[in-house]
Amino acid sequence: MTGAREPALSIEGLWKSFGDLDVLRGIDLQVADHEVVCVIGASGSGKSTLLRCINLTEPIDDGRIVVGGVEITAEGVDVDRTRRGIGIVFQAYNLFPHMSVIDNVTLAPRKVLRLARADAEGQAEELLERFGLGEKRDDFPDRLSGGQQQRVAIVRALAMRPRILLLDEVTSALDPELVAEVLNVIRELAASGMTMVIATHEMAFARDIAHRVLFLDAGSILEEGPPGEIFRAPREPRTREFLQRIIEAGRL
Amino acid sequence: MRRYSGRALVVAAISTAVVFGVLGVIIVNAPGWEAFRRSFLDGENFLESAPRIVARFEVNVRLFLIAEVLILAWALVLAVVRGLKGPALFPLRLLATVYIDLFRAVPGVLVIFLLAFGIPGLRLPGVPNDPFFWGVVALTLVYSAYVSEVYRAGIESVHPSQEAAARSLGLTQLQALRYVVVPQAVRRVIPPLLNDFIGLQKDTVLVSFVGIVEIFRQSQIRQQATFNFTPYLVTALVFIVLVIPMARFTDWLVARERARRSGGAVDATSSGGQRARMWGL
Repeated sequence: MTGAREPALSIEGLWKSFGDLDVLRGIDLQVADHEVVCVIGASGSGKSTLLRCINLTEPIDDGRIVVGGVEITAEGVDVDRTRRGIGIVFQAYNLFPHMSVIDNVTLAPRKVLRLARADAEGQAEELLERFGLGEKRDDFPDRLSGGQQQRVAIVRALAMRPRILLLDEVTSALDPELVAEVLNVIRELAASGMTMVIATHEMAFARDIAHRVLFLDAGSILEEGPPGEIFRAPREPRTREFLQRIIEAGRL
Repeated sequence: MRRYSGRALVVAAISTAVVFGVLGVIIVNAPGWEAFRRSFLDGENFLESAPRIVARFEVNVRLFLIAEVLILAWALVLAVVRGLKGPALFPLRLLATVYIDLFRAVPGVLVIFLLAFGIPGLRLPGVPNDPFFWGVVALTLVYSAYVSEVYRAGIESVHPSQEAAARSLGLTQLQALRYVVVPQAVRRVIPPLLNDFIGLQKDTVLVSFVGIVEIFRQSQIRQQATFNFTPYLVTALVFIVLVIPMARFTDWLVARERARRSGGAVDATSSGGQRARMWGL
């Protein structure tokens, strides 16, 4: 069914409104397997909403979203089944506070994929180990730093072996000294070939890691291209303006 | 800090002794005190009535223990159904809402009468006519309406991002409720839930009106046999001994929850401090 050339993610004409406000106005986007796409833009430009729509956390108003050749926005699609293949990590981590780290990570594999506890825990331990969280296995989220919590949230999403991972400003809620540990995790994921769409305010990081950068402005993709182009020679005045403000704020 | 609270304790102890001493002297010397003592505080009557009355309390205990288990389960079903999303489930939501409104509106004693007298009167085959059975059913119906609202408040107090996180991992709405939302909600509502159970435990005396000889009916029988009100005080005492520790336990749970959420643990010192604050010291 799924052709080799099939993009991991394909979005056509995506519209999304909250009441009278059009948050996304006809987004077209294709993401290839193993590609890392960074979405930049001012607050309120629609970055988060775009990711939440791809994960079907927000119902869309018009358009099509196709993941791995399956149109997930079609009538009658099993939304829960679809979400398994699309991991999302939120700005506020959203770990389950009443569960230990290992239970946070294994809940979905056990209940959704019906893995035996021992198998789920074995995989989870491997992932935790890989991201330097092996010792935190039995801790509860409130005993962890923000950076550790966010890494656990990433591991929790990875435990479902998603085809594509969406990261929604995952470092925005972190103290500056904790940002690097999370960004390093994402770097490692990129290096290992994980397909990712990353909404971020970390421009230097986007420049380093992205294969492609999208500049989102008022709900449309105003400009896109390789990071070298977007950051060094943006074509659109709005993009230049936005990057100028970022540089003035010392963030690039 | 320690010095100050030690001093406060001494002052509190002295002032309490003085105030209660003066009150005691005034009451004992009031006109009619002797008559009151004979009618309400008859030691002989107390010793004779207490064992029979306390023995009947077994009926109330059995009643509220059974009802509490049923209420915990049924109320959770009601709360979950009321909170389900999706247009196809509207009739279920409506049913749950109407149920909760109805049983919160109607006096409990009325429901007990309707069920315990009304239903056996229909002479339906296979339907029990045991008033105890219908007492349990009536109290369960009434109190689960209250308790489901407590559950619902708890469920709504769990931030929607928790459900979103669970759903984003592929859990269904019911799985998200079961593994993520409800466990957090239940922890938060234990104190108000225990409050409702205190009300339920006291309301078990209502089944005395449909012919069950439980603690209240037994004290009534003793009162009528001896023309003395001491048996009623025995019953009051039994409930006081039951409920006050439970109320204190509830306070302690609230304090622990508050401490937990503000990041600290409840150790000996902080719960001592909590207790001191509770008494206003």
